[in-house]
Amino acid sequence: MNEKTENLLLVTLITTVNLLLAFIISGFVIWSVGEDPWFALKTMLYGAFGYDEGIGYTLYYTTNFIFTGLAFAIAFHCRLFNIGAEGQAYIGGLGVGLICLWLEDLPFAVILPTAIAASALFGAVWGAIPGYLQAKRGSHVVITTIMFNFIASVLMVYLLVNILIKPGQMSPETREFGENGWLPQMHELFGWIGIQITPTPLNLSLFWAFISAFFVWRYIWHTRWGFEMRTVGANESAAIYAGINVDRNIIIAMSLAGALAGFVGINEIMGFNHRILLNFQFGYGFTGIAVSLIGRNHPFGILLASLLFGILYQGGAELAFETQTIDRHMVVLIQGLVILFAGALENLFRPQLQALVHSIFKSSSPVTAHG
Amino acid sequence: MWSDLLLILDASLRMAVPMVFAAMGGVFAERSGVIDFGLEGKMLGGAFVAASVAHLTQSAWIGLLGAIAIGIVFSMMHAFASVTKQGNQVVSCVAINIFAMGLTTVLGQAWFQRGGKTPQLPPEARFTAIELPFAEELRDVPILGEIYYELISGHNILVYIAYIMVPVTAWIVFRSRFGLRLRATGENPLAVDTAGISVNRTRYKALVINGILGGMSGAYLSTAQLAFFVKDMSAGKGYLALAAMIFGKWRPFQAMLACLLFAFAEAIQSRLQGVSLPIVGVVPVQLIQSIPYILTVVLLAGFVGKAVAPKAIGEPFIKEHK
Repeated sequence: MNEKTENLLLVTLITTVNLLLAFIISGFVIWSVGEDPWFALKTMLYGAFGYDEGIGYTLYYTTNFIFTGLAFAIAFHCRLFNIGAEGQAYIGGLGVGLICLWLEDLPFAVILPTAIAASALFGAVWGAIPGYLQAKRGSHVVITTIMFNFIASVLMVYLLVNILIKPGQMSPETREFGENGWLPQMHELFGWIGIQITPTPLNLSLFWAFISAFFVWRYIWHTRWGFEMRTVGANESAAIYAGINVDRNIIIAMSLAGALAGFVGINEIMGFNHRILLNFQFGYGFTGIAVSLIGRNHPFGILLASLLFGILYQGGAELAFETQTIDRHMVVLIQGLVILFAGALENLFRPQLQALVHSIFKSSSPVTAHG
Repeated sequence: MWSDLLLILDASLRMAVPMVFAAMGGVFAERSGVIDFGLEGKMLGGAFVAASVAHLTQSAWIGLLGAIAIGIVFSMMHAFASVTKQGNQVVSCVAINIFAMGLTTVLGQAWFQRGGKTPQLPPEARFTAIELPFAEELRDVPILGEIYYELISGHNILVYIAYIMVPVTAWIVFRSRFGLRLRATGENPLAVDTAGISVNRTRYKALVINGILGGMSGAYLSTAQLAFFVKDMSAGKGYLALAAMIFGKWRPFQAMLACLLFAFAEAIQSRLQGVSLPIVGVVPVQLIQSIPYILTVVLLAGFVGKAVAPKAIGEPFIKEHK
């Protein structure tokens, strides 16, 4: 019974209470439009877990949220608000698609690493520019990243309508890549070892997401660069005094964030759509903010929070399908509430919960109020 | 050419209105030391409530009141999180924007079932153009008469209110007793507290005004500029307004000019489409659409230093305990 367990319990309690608050208010909104919140909850859980296909979709969404959640978290440790994962994911997907189109005659083993590198590079550039402008010109990264989201979306329309479009078709999409550029989906993998599961978009990217989460954890807490970055985030003047280059750390943090968001392109473009199309990233970037905050900006927390939002996304789709009145955007509303309670109001019940935890751990030494 | 210019300026004047309202709201919040990225959400919420209430009551004015109410509610959420509970102000704003995006779409679909669009308002239930006195008579007077007829007359009431709000905001912020306290709270809250004035109460007051103006900016979109609400109709205007305010160095008149600049960029869009310009040729429509966003990035990068923001911005005021 030491301080660490006490803190862990406190953090778990605070997160649970904050989530519950967000869910209660969402339930109230569902009730106020004339639907039964219990029915909604049951439908969502059934949609997310009730059958094979639901589980596949839930984990497929989870994959995206791990990437965008990490993209918010890594910048947040440098005290930067990366609201631009949406645009970074979009441009990252462009990189993936271009590689798959360009190298499609080469073997998969060549395409995959190149595509991963391209998604990281394209996303990183889209994150680095706002990072550079924040560091060198003092433009607030929130406004610039939002603007870069808009610019990304206009740029993609331009490219798909005028340049990359498959000739002779109306919808702004590229042609489908050759199969060498397809990332194996889980049902194919299981099929190779003789197990039949329902086909879903879930693909190998999920493992890449786990690997990314592991490396982000290593980077933030177990490397010199991560330490420098956290120092800049915690106290800029102390960082300068310690001889840390603040500007460089800001730019690096935003580049890494962009690269992580860019990996959404691997899941979406290589893993599922097999072509570049409009708005494949829609909403995943913003969800990453909620995911990271509810996961307390820690890769392990982000894995759990991504699963939660995967459930909400897939369950929400089921709910929208089942009822006339509830729109898929219900999940956006829940996100807003989660960001409010888990982010801005995270200390709402901290004193009470702290007292509660203290009374359980009476023997252990006291913890400071904002530790 | 002259009449084209008049028409473009006239359009700019109208398109700037939601940004002017929002930017003035931003001046109040940020001068008091509270960051406000949440203007986008207030604009969106205001637009939705104004259109829904105006549809229900068939009155644009009651719609406007509804918009103001939701603006204040969102502002108070922000105030509670960031002033009272000393939470992270940027996170609170992001929460409000995303919440507004979700709420307006969910309620819009549940109430009207038209994919997030509210029913078209009849002319009686929206703000329509007002002809100023003698506009028709002076129409043929060269230059001044034309300017009066095209540019100054013939807008709806919210346009006039928006431009009146600019000197009013300037007067309140720089000339009134409340304004002095407001600015002091944003620059040096400790001194304000020492003088026996409540920092938090001043910030709450500023945020109430901010909510009113944010709601009005939304009402303009859905009950004056258009006659319905569609989802995501604010399309980044709240952020542009904030950028305009920063570019205007937290001063009402300069902020208004920046809003007009953004609106001008928007107004020439329809004129530039498909037109072949010298040297560059036909500009892609997507490039034209992205002008306001690129302009924002360029302006923020090129002309604004770090030092001009109110000193205590983003910092919750923590009173020392005895």
